[in-house]
Amino acid sequence: MTIYNQACDCGKISARQVDLYYGNFQALRNITLEIPQCAITAIIGPSGCGKSSFLRLLNRMNDIINGVRVGGVLQLDGVSIYDKTIDVVDLRKRVGMVFQKPNPFPMSIYDNIAFGPRQHGTRSRHNLDEIVTRSLQQSALWDEVEDKLGQSALALSGGQQQRLCIARVLAVEPEVILMDEPCSALDPIATLRIEDLMRTLARDYTIVIVTHNMQQAARVSDMAAFFMMEEDRAGTLVEYGKTSQIFTNPKDKRTEDYITGRFG
Amino acid sequence: MEIRAEFHKKLTEIRGDVLVMGSMVEESISRSVQALRERDLALAEGVIADDRKINKVRYDIEEKCIELIATQQPMARDLRTIMSVANVVTELERIGDHAEGIAKIVVMIGDEPPLKPIIDLPRMADKTADMLHRSLDAFTRNDAAAARQIALEDDEVDDLYDQVYRELLIFMAEDSRTITRATRLIWVAHNLERSADRVTNICERVVFNVTGKLEEIGASNY
Repeated sequence: MTIYNQACDCGKISARQVDLYYGNFQALRNITLEIPQCAITAIIGPSGCGKSSFLRLLNRMNDIINGVRVGGVLQLDGVSIYDKTIDVVDLRKRVGMVFQKPNPFPMSIYDNIAFGPRQHGTRSRHNLDEIVTRSLQQSALWDEVEDKLGQSALALSGGQQQRLCIARVLAVEPEVILMDEPCSALDPIATLRIEDLMRTLARDYTIVIVTHNMQQAARVSDMAAFFMMEEDRAGTLVEYGKTSQIFTNPKDKRTEDYITGRFG
Repeated sequence: MEIRAEFHKKLTEIRGDVLVMGSMVEESISRSVQALRERDLALAEGVIADDRKINKVRYDIEEKCIELIATQQPMARDLRTIMSVANVVTELERIGDHAEGIAKIVVMIGDEPPLKPIIDLPRMADKTADMLHRSLDAFTRNDAAAARQIALEDDEVDDLYDQVYRELLIFMAEDSRTITRATRLIWVAHNLERSADRVTNICERVVFNVTGKLEEIGASNY
């Protein structure tokens, strides 16, 4: 099978012939792609094709599942993510994650943002203030919450909560932000605000997003990877390339059929 | 499983509309030159009147394209098809304008005595109409190879144009009283030459629709 892979060789994240097993079940087979730095890479594909599994490999979120085995090479800045010497807590600081449903902690807006830095040892009130302000500004939430930082984060709207979660990730100064369907629980306006925010963040961060919404992938990403499930239900990479190419002139007929709705 | 059946049905309908418009334009080209050859002013007036209908069909198709883009967010080949249709109908509409231009010249000539027998201009018209017909056939069949071949045939129309132009130039050089009549026939030839150029543009869109690549095929000498 030919895989059209147009990414450059100098990725922030590099996957080579990656396999993922949950026990005897192979969830991913032979995934090879380079995720470029300071860009947005979207992973699209039908349900069950292994998009989220792949995303969770990148900060070892799959480690908590019993019977997980990973094969092949998966590197962040040229260093294996699955090396025994890797400190997983440090890895997850560098590779942050935003989930489908906003999941603010049941505490104040301020404490939500300060949570990560405190865990990593920042104690000074002055430093924490600075981090909270910067993170909320970066996530375009500051103007809406600056006068109520002491209030519960649970009182925010869904869209605000998701931006709070992004601020919480930014507070620990990550390099990569993984987003798993970050807008699926949001209304269209809140969705567009998050997408706009992603474009701004992509100047400084490497973003990988899994989305079912192809229009969202087309609007927001620089690179797009199309995953599909094979007959034994293992997810494989069908095509990877610039978003502008994937959505106007995909090379593989299966990509074409999927994005034009000829199968689903 | 086809999951966007309704959308794809609409897209097929639009492609059908393009063929209908194409046959209207093809007929206009043939009728305009027939009106010239037979000095049939009523036929010429008919071509002029029909151009409004062609324009209307073009706007209808364009509106359908805009609606599909706005409501269906087409991707990949579907998107290319819609963009190609929008371009093709623009070319067709302009070819229709060229036919109307010829018909207006026929009206202008009125009952002036003929300068010479009209032989090469109908040849140009037949060739152009034939190329147009086959280019839309290639569009329907997504046949990029045929489209490339048709575009190259524009040279034949260019050659006929050269011939007509040279011949009329000699008339004018020999007898300045023929200048007005000869110039009108050059306008007719020019309208036909431009029409064939626009057919090559349609061919380029057929190639784009199939391959996703925008490329110029066989640039005209004019």
